[in-house]
Amino acid sequence: MNKTIITVVGKDTVGIIAKVCTYLADSGINILDISQTIVSGYFNMMMIVDMAGTSKEFNTVADDLEKLGTDIGVVIKCQREEIFDSMHRV
Amino acid sequence: MINVTEVIETNEMIEKENLDVRTITLGISLMDCISSDLDTLNKNIYNKIYDAAKDLVKTGEQISREFGIPIVNKRISVTPIALVGGAACKTKENFASIAQTLDKVAKDVGVNFIGGYSALVSKGMTSADRLLIESIPLALSTTDVVCSSINVGSTRTGINMDAVRLMGTIVKKTAEATKENDSLGCAKLVIFCNAPDDNPFMAGAFHGVTEADKIINVGVSGPGVVKTALEKVRGENFEVLCETIKKTAFKVTRVGQLVAKEASERLGVPFGIIDLSLAPTPAIGDSVADILHEIGVEHAGAPGTTAALALLNDQVKKGGVMASSYVGGLSGAFIPVSEDQGMINAVEAGALTLEKLEAMTCVCSVGLDMIAIPGDTKDTTIAGIIADEMAIGMINQKTTAVRLIPVIGKGVGETVEFGGLLGYAPIMPVNSFSCDEFVNRGGRIPAPVHSFKN
Repeated sequence: MNKTIITVVGKDTVGIIAKVCTYLADSGINILDISQTIVSGYFNMMMIVDMAGTSKEFNTVADDLEKLGTDIGVVIKCQREEIFDSMHRV
Repeated sequence: MINVTEVIETNEMIEKENLDVRTITLGISLMDCISSDLDTLNKNIYNKIYDAAKDLVKTGEQISREFGIPIVNKRISVTPIALVGGAACKTKENFASIAQTLDKVAKDVGVNFIGGYSALVSKGMTSADRLLIESIPLALSTTDVVCSSINVGSTRTGINMDAVRLMGTIVKKTAEATKENDSLGCAKLVIFCNAPDDNPFMAGAFHGVTEADKIINVGVSGPGVVKTALEKVRGENFEVLCETIKKTAFKVTRVGQLVAKEASERLGVPFGIIDLSLAPTPAIGDSVADILHEIGVEHAGAPGTTAALALLNDQVKKGGVMASSYVGGLSGAFIPVSEDQGMINAVEAGALTLEKLEAMTCVCSVGLDMIAIPGDTKDTTIAGIIADEMAIGMINQKTTAVRLIPVIGKGVGETVEFGGLLGYAPIMPVNSFSCDEFVNRGGRIPAPVHSFKN
């Protein structure tokens, strides 16, 4: 298991989740959990994914998703789960 | 499992509140480089540092990428050069050649700073210590990223006043030697009492003789995060205030611990300590003075400031020690003037003086830091200010330091621009009464009594 958190922040539009999920499926990355919320008018989505099954490097996935985000007008970030775990769990 | 609000909180700290890991500092022992031949020594030093640190910057950047947390600086600290160079260096120029080697290797591996052009003279000076100290103006004016620190006192040994007097002169000479750049050399020179062996922050980092061959030390930061957290508890009592600082310090430190652990594993170098310091930068919102303002003083320097800083410093430590098993270095709140926009504003408003800053250093880490003073300040006056600060450290069993910049050719009312993380500073007035006879006595101030605490 190699958990990564993908966050998508931006103005809500049609097809954001679809586009991100298509990319992940094509790359062999398994989605473990999706949740979303609207914070001060902005669409905030968080995905927990497992990168163990992909042959792509972390940097490649992060770069591809960042570019995909730019194309659809949102900000997409990839971060390893440990940073959130260490900050919020004792 | 992590939830979306926690993820948003972390990312807001990073994106909006300037949360970062301030530095990954790789400590390298140069003891095994010692040779009585200067060329061999320089070659050994270059090779050892290059081999140990060639992947440091790349590794730091990759960790930063994967966790989405900025790691602002990658630095190197080395064994105090007075110890390493003693056998080979017979002149000031010999010592300065080591500084130039350090400068070259630091630039070749791409780190921001290299510290350890240092001597530990808290009780006495060897001839090598004295030569190194005398070579500082030359070393700092012919290098860009080398930092120098001199430990002139400790609670165990007292204060070496001969070294204090000498440092008053050396600070001034360093200012003269770098006057074309607004005396920038002095921003890379710090004088300590009770200097820690494992400090990752510059300009005072060196790799102490009690340390392993190589070690990773990490300095965290995050004044902006603490300030934002405190905005949410305005008007609440001290218990709530302290709880909030503690919780925030815990979160910030855990990020540092994670980065330190990863860096240690990837570089194959043992993890040393986390330094829990709140280190400001000139960026808006990344200020310790702004935290003091948020706690309730109009400007840093107003009555109540020392108490506010004392509680801030203590709560940061209480939250931080829970988050990491190995805490060390300086660990506390830094109060540099030029690197903190809130401090600069306080000086410009007339709220903050050198004397109040000295009082504040009694309760926080480090000391009189990045303070620009008039270029015509006397050597002995600088030595007197150093002696005062060293006495605070010696008596209170804490680290204190002095990093003063006498800006040659400028006076009170003018400002000086250092650029980058070093910021800019208004030149502050210095008490002009003489301490010549005190400073010129020579010898040592004896170690203080360790009982009868009052």
